[in-house]
Amino acid sequence: MSDRLNENSESIMQVRNLKKYFKINRGYLHAVDDVTFDIPRGKTLGVVGESGCGKSTLGRTVLRLNEPTGGEILFHGQDLVKADKREMKQIRPRMQMIFQDPYSSLNGRMTTAQLIAEPLIVNKVCRSRSEIDERVDNMMDTVGLAKRLVMAYPHELDGGRRQRIGVARALILNPEFVVCDEPVSALDVSIQAQILNLLMDLQEQMGLTYMFITHNLSVVKHISDRIMVMYLGRCVEEADADEIFDHPCHPYTKALLAAIPIPDISSQHVRRELLQGEVTSPVNPKPGCRFAARCPYADDACRQGDIPLKEVAPGHKAACLKAAGLSGADVRQPEQA
Amino acid sequence: MNKSVQKTNRKSRRMASVKEFWRRFIKNKTALAGFVILCFILFIVIFADVIVPYSKCIEQAGSERLQGPGPAHWFGTDEYGRDLFARVIHGSRYSLIIGVSTSLMALFFGAILGASAGYFGGMVDNIIMRITDVFMCVPPILLSLAVVAALGTNLRNLIIAMTISCVPGNVRLIRSVVLTVADQDYVEAARSYGTGNGRIIFRYVLPNAMGPIIVNTTMCISDMILSAAGLSFIGMGIQPPAPEWGSLLSNAETYLFSAPYLLVFPGIFIILTSLAFNLVGDGLTDALDPKLKD
Repeated sequence: MSDRLNENSESIMQVRNLKKYFKINRGYLHAVDDVTFDIPRGKTLGVVGESGCGKSTLGRTVLRLNEPTGGEILFHGQDLVKADKREMKQIRPRMQMIFQDPYSSLNGRMTTAQLIAEPLIVNKVCRSRSEIDERVDNMMDTVGLAKRLVMAYPHELDGGRRQRIGVARALILNPEFVVCDEPVSALDVSIQAQILNLLMDLQEQMGLTYMFITHNLSVVKHISDRIMVMYLGRCVEEADADEIFDHPCHPYTKALLAAIPIPDISSQHVRRELLQGEVTSPVNPKPGCRFAARCPYADDACRQGDIPLKEVAPGHKAACLKAAGLSGADVRQPEQA
Repeated sequence: MNKSVQKTNRKSRRMASVKEFWRRFIKNKTALAGFVILCFILFIVIFADVIVPYSKCIEQAGSERLQGPGPAHWFGTDEYGRDLFARVIHGSRYSLIIGVSTSLMALFFGAILGASAGYFGGMVDNIIMRITDVFMCVPPILLSLAVVAALGTNLRNLIIAMTISCVPGNVRLIRSVVLTVADQDYVEAARSYGTGNGRIIFRYVLPNAMGPIIVNTTMCISDMILSAAGLSFIGMGIQPPAPEWGSLLSNAETYLFSAPYLLVFPGIFIILTSLAFNLVGDGLTDALDPKLKD
């Protein structure tokens, strides 16, 4: 029994000080800077942040679709950064990705069956044509695609069905770890819920581990066990899902939560604390807290040296010098509204 | 039982996609017209000897020179009294062989080089494109002239020479189309489930870049027939007395006013051929694009 417990809590993916810089004319764009996290087996890590904060780059780098600039990506303890081509080819099928835009991420020249079968063919998993057909049929069943759509082309299908193809394609190799890069943000609200529920059901059935990237806070709360908030390539706060929503420490997290719209007419006059100014440039960033330029609490200490991610409560880390003083204090709780 | 039914169902569906392609192709009336003309020309190419013996097109008859079209000579005769009808029919062989084989070879090399340049980028791109630039700055006719002069004049060398002059343009075009396709999400997705570069290029990039490539190749065929004429004109192409449409056309220039039919008949055939290829090419592009269904 205790053995099992151990296995359950084992981290499938451990990322240590991961860095990804893009070289551009003016210097280096720090897309992902010194990010560290663990994802236990069967759990979901939600990654949130505004556009351009490096969430997608993080997801791609974790799967080594981008070459990382530094750091370690330990998948079952094996460092993917050091893995060579042959080793990567063996690991690839065990970690997959669901893409944001189901319109552009499916090859328009292939039918549903071909699209879903591609990973099987490429990785030479099946011996015969009929075995491939059978697995494709089963997978279409699993993700809720009707049999009659086998020969349909993506442009004939709606966004939800296309994304189901995307999910089927990612899961047909029976991966353990799936990066979901904003899988619902291109879909209608009604279909978003369908796909989210599908993803959660499949997680339970297949014991999947997710890294769920999104900018939609309601979505991330719905699906995540743990949440990591990113700002300009840095992780600014990481905690369990409820903890983040109930006791946000970092001023940026608070601002994010305060920006969630509330469908309640009585709250329309409540003053919201909105952020001023623009996101600073991720190119050759200045030392100190990246959020300092927009932070209402920032002082000189914040602008000197790096701000480490510190534990403010058990299992709750924040990268803010003022975190202790601010904890959970003056943010309007979305739920209580 | 159920499974086998399903399997045959799948197979018949795959067959159906070929049928479906054909159905969509012939639904396009202009493409069908092009296809009919093409069949007609292919018929001439294959059965040229049956239609009129080769000897007739090199047989000179001084007494019958520059006769207009009539019952004895359907298309008239040229300045040596050779039957123009026979020369046009047999010329189709040379012209089509030259046009089609150079275009296909240029397409083949252009696709490989252009796709690798566009897909891999960086160093590979630089090397391929700089070499292409060198070839591009020599006028194509001069380039083929130089190659033919170096290798000697015969049909094979002519085809090689013209292919070399045609490849750089193809490389440019294909590279530019591939560039727009290569950073689409589905290519990244393919990489994420471990697809190799070769498969990505041939299954993902090229099929999605096909439209402009097919159109370019069909245009290339008529271009090549005409530039073969240019080479024949300066004595580096098909050697007389062998007939070839382009050279028939360029010989006719001297008699432009006294015997215009010498120009008209080979001209009509060249136009028909290039028209047929262009129509069929357009039809192919549309029929192969699943997004344009019906």
